[in-house]
Amino acid sequence: MDENAVHRIKRTVLKAGHLIGLFLAMAIICLPGLWIVLSSLRPTVEIMAKPPVWIPRNVSLDAYVAMFSGVGQGGIPVLDYFRNSLIISVTSTVIALCIGMAGGYAFARYRFRGKTSIFLGFMLTRTVPGIALSLPLFFVYARLGIIDTHFGLILAYVALNVPFTVWLIDGFFRQVPRDLAEAAQIDGCTRWQAFWRVEFPLARPGIASAGIFAFLISWNEFALASQLTRSTNSKTLPVGLLDYTAEFTIDWRGMCALAVVMIIPALTLTFIVQKHLVSGLTSGAVKG
Amino acid sequence: MRGWKPAPHVLLLLPAFIVLAAVVIVPLLLSLYSSFTPFRLTRPDSIYTFIGFRNYERLLSDWDFWVAFGRTVLLLTFALNLEMVLGLVLALLVEKATRGQRILRTIMMFPMMFSPILVGFQFKFMFNDNIGVVNNALQSLGLTNQAIPWLIDGRLAFISILTAEIWSSTAVFAIFILAGLMAMPREPLEAAKVDGCTPWQSFRYVTWPFVMPFTYIAMTIRSLDIARAYDIVKIMTDGGPAGRTEILWTLIARTAYSDARMGLANAMSYIAILLSILFTVIFFRQLAKARQQIGAEW
Repeated sequence: MDENAVHRIKRTVLKAGHLIGLFLAMAIICLPGLWIVLSSLRPTVEIMAKPPVWIPRNVSLDAYVAMFSGVGQGGIPVLDYFRNSLIISVTSTVIALCIGMAGGYAFARYRFRGKTSIFLGFMLTRTVPGIALSLPLFFVYARLGIIDTHFGLILAYVALNVPFTVWLIDGFFRQVPRDLAEAAQIDGCTRWQAFWRVEFPLARPGIASAGIFAFLISWNEFALASQLTRSTNSKTLPVGLLDYTAEFTIDWRGMCALAVVMIIPALTLTFIVQKHLVSGLTSGAVKG
Repeated sequence: MRGWKPAPHVLLLLPAFIVLAAVVIVPLLLSLYSSFTPFRLTRPDSIYTFIGFRNYERLLSDWDFWVAFGRTVLLLTFALNLEMVLGLVLALLVEKATRGQRILRTIMMFPMMFSPILVGFQFKFMFNDNIGVVNNALQSLGLTNQAIPWLIDGRLAFISILTAEIWSSTAVFAIFILAGLMAMPREPLEAAKVDGCTPWQSFRYVTWPFVMPFTYIAMTIRSLDIARAYDIVKIMTDGGPAGRTEILWTLIARTAYSDARMGLANAMSYIAILLSILFTVIFFRQLAKARQQIGAEW
């Protein structure tokens, strides 16, 4: 065999190996999700079957119909949870964005003493594990009487999201050249106008993705919500998921269906942000 | 104070300060104080009894607590290292792909959208010894004929939790490393090739140093929400069987809410908080160091 042939074979093998590796990796990433979707469409008998039924025989949307048709049929008040989740996530995201924009702008555009340590301090508040924070919050909220209210959770989530939004938005404002705002000011804009008409529109995609990121964190949060909510007044979807587990049995099909309902908004939103997310985090942290 | 105008950056940072102080700092100070009391939720006035360091002394000699502590550190060490290696492999695989990179990148981010509690539930379902897909597949393929008790045996449960944790968070590393790979200039790699480096050498001495800061960003981000493992463990095993997978955070939740011993739980949570701050500070410093090392490019 001459050298060329050896080289060609080696190349083909490498290429095939690469493709197989890629395929395996993607399969491992996707399969759990697909399995959940599939299980939500099958009757419970098929899920529990022994020996297992691999190819679904009866596919139906029963689980979803039952879930959205009220407490009587579905067993748990999904609609209430959905509403609570939506109200809490959206409100806390909007507030966190406003605060984050102010903070991020300050970090990106002004020089002041102790900037790095303030920034690090903001980040450190985020390291406090949710469950550790929930203990004193539970106590304070109980005193103030805001346990099991939307307000209580919104407040907690704003605080949870502010460090991240500040970090992300700081990164995005840094990407907007300083000269642009200065040029606008020379042309007679006030500082506020320069911000609102020039810098804000340029940083908008980044700010939007920071918002979606904050939304996802609130939407998915469990540790705090599980302690600070009690009833349908304020329970969110992640906490509601536990309603499907009884002492010894779990309604797997219903749980899968609720999981799909939870994941769909998150999926759609993440697709929209994915590009800006990485560039924002890296520019904030690397160029620092 | 009429006529006094604060500097604009103070004004801009004020809302962030207020919120963080109200929701994080003040409650934490409160919990620091209550960790010095025998506070129980069932007896509210016990918060006024001061017992000094007795809670902490008790924890020092509490074997269960230190086992949970050790297990948490073990879980984090395993998870973060494996995630980094797998994330690197995944990023390299995707970067090498010539077609469909956009789709691959999107699929790669898929697990990031799952809330940790969903991940926990999903893997609890798949690792179920009776109806789970893992056992079903193993049995159908004839690899084993009994049901493997994934979540019931202590060691297997730890592995299952680790799997869930890795599945959900490898994407974070992969994405940042991929961002690093794509931002990398081509010339040094070509120069290395011309100088006769083997693929391994050019990876080790050219690519890796370049990608490292990106890895540290991912590490920092992961260390910020490291306690997300609580959700996964809570759902999958709830610290069971018989406390074999108890980690710090499930132990804190149990002590505080089931046993209603808030004072003791606050003492525990302070140790947990110090642990996470330690992790974050380590990675922040590494990040700064790595950034300096390649300072020329930036």
